[in-house]
Amino acid sequence: MHKLAKTLSQGLILLLLVMGGVVMLAPFWWVLVGSFRSIVATFGSAAPQWWFTSFDLDNYRQVFQKIPIFNYMFNSFRIASIIVVGQLITGSMAGYAFARLRFPGRNQLFSIMLAPMMIPPQVTIIPLFIMMRYLGWIDDPKSLIVPFLASDFGVFLMRQNFKAIPAELEDAARIDGANEFQIFGLIMMPLVKPGLVSFAIFTFMYYWNDYFRPLIFISSQEKMTLPLGLAFLKGYMGLGSDAWLLAAISIAVIPLIIVFLFAQRSFIEGITMTGLKEG
Amino acid sequence: MADDLLKSVRKVLTFRRRALSPAGHEARSAYLFLLPNLFFFIVFQAIPIAATIGLTFTKYNLFSPPTFNGITNYRKLISDPRFLLTMTNTVIISLMYVGLITIAGLLVAVGVNALVSKMAKSIFRTVYFVPMMASFASVAIVWWFLLNPDFGIVNYYLSQVGLQPVPWTSSSRYAVLSVVFVGVWKNLGFDFVILLAALQQVPKVFIEAAMIDGANAWVRFTRITLPMISSSLLFCITINLIDGLQYFDVPQIMTHGGPGDATRTVVMYLYESGFRFFDMGYASTMAIVLLLLIMLLTLFQFAVARYWVFYEFDNE
Repeated sequence: MHKLAKTLSQGLILLLLVMGGVVMLAPFWWVLVGSFRSIVATFGSAAPQWWFTSFDLDNYRQVFQKIPIFNYMFNSFRIASIIVVGQLITGSMAGYAFARLRFPGRNQLFSIMLAPMMIPPQVTIIPLFIMMRYLGWIDDPKSLIVPFLASDFGVFLMRQNFKAIPAELEDAARIDGANEFQIFGLIMMPLVKPGLVSFAIFTFMYYWNDYFRPLIFISSQEKMTLPLGLAFLKGYMGLGSDAWLLAAISIAVIPLIIVFLFAQRSFIEGITMTGLKEG
Repeated sequence: MADDLLKSVRKVLTFRRRALSPAGHEARSAYLFLLPNLFFFIVFQAIPIAATIGLTFTKYNLFSPPTFNGITNYRKLISDPRFLLTMTNTVIISLMYVGLITIAGLLVAVGVNALVSKMAKSIFRTVYFVPMMASFASVAIVWWFLLNPDFGIVNYYLSQVGLQPVPWTSSSRYAVLSVVFVGVWKNLGFDFVILLAALQQVPKVFIEAAMIDGANAWVRFTRITLPMISSSLLFCITINLIDGLQYFDVPQIMTHGGPGDATRTVVMYLYESGFRFFDMGYASTMAIVLLLLIMLLTLFQFAVARYWVFYEFDNE
């Protein structure tokens, strides 16, 4: 009797989770299937199709020919990766100092530098725009890169990682005569590699998907990033078929999902790490 | 003379360096480590924040120099019906968003945690996290197709079961719901993953002890599990609230703030004032008011948290 109840409840939970899971995944599947079909908008009366009836690559060909989607991808990739490298360097250096070194004003400085974590990007965007305009960086990828080479979140996260390393290792290195920079580069950095990977993935995803900043700083088509380019394409849908848009979305989304499937441990650990350590 | 000065400065510097105690040495390296981050922090965070505050007291259109106009922007703001409307929209959207995403994330987390099969657990963890990978821009476009009142799939299936089509994006009431739904759908994975990790850390012995004492599943959940994960819940709610108050991408792309201004948020109005009409002073004022609202609500949350969040294991 008890066993039966248990099986039933497991079955029920499974059923509900599968139903929810369908809602999470079906839209992506629908986009993928639609991207291989020529006409989407005209199915007002016909049932939506969930399987490939034809395998027409025409939409993809059109997307590559008519819009600079390679540029979009390259721009997004370049911006996101430079920011990741920059934030890894600045974040791990500052995180290390806050976690392992003693210096006057440490706690005060830490609170001051972390305060912007609560401040939304919209609050600084106007002076940033004025600054970028002054530097002549409007409609230039530099405006999307340089101001974001350091982040409070990175400092916070790396500090947590460095704090978790036992002090004995550091002491041993110091007795052997290593200086702060050697300890940091040779002893500490290799030990926080998992943290660095999670942080890198998290940051990459954030800037790869960012829409607000490119919308403000970028105006010419070939300099657009993927999210901005997609939104732009949607606005000009009259020019082409809806199916192009589905092909473009597939191009934007599918690589990230594939990367996620291979590296999901790091993704999920990165996120839970932010929630648990100082939760 | 200048040479002498230089010499003495150099002397002082070398002396200081030699005389540096180990603690002083450590402090010096610490400041060196902090330098790059500090530079970016000051130039691209601290100065812009100060500048935004300054700009709220000016009239500035980028093309002629800013002129001081006192608290005119603030005065204009509180009597601007459009600002009040977008503010109301933002608060309503945020509250709906926070409530729905936290509850949905918790339900999925509890469900997945209750599964016996390890494989099923990891599959669901992946599945519910997938939309987190996509950008809000792509997701907004996809749901704009799916929720289209005339040719969207959602209405197609509703009509199949004999229901009237719903004006998902064309009626004010439903448009707000749709915009919130898309946000919840996309970011659900965040709350889910964090709450699942928290649930997995609840010691089994507590639950078993309560079972022996005859507590039923509901009592076990509300009296043991919920308090044990309350600090993670607070974290999720805080992040969700900040995200909700900044909501921009989905209404901008999916509904363009419409119909009318029904789904226009404060950030959208800020964007319009600042970057369409170049009223930088006015847009800055909105930014500062939004910031104050976020700070106020976050502080309020932490004040209330004292009464419901339970810290048993201190992290330090």
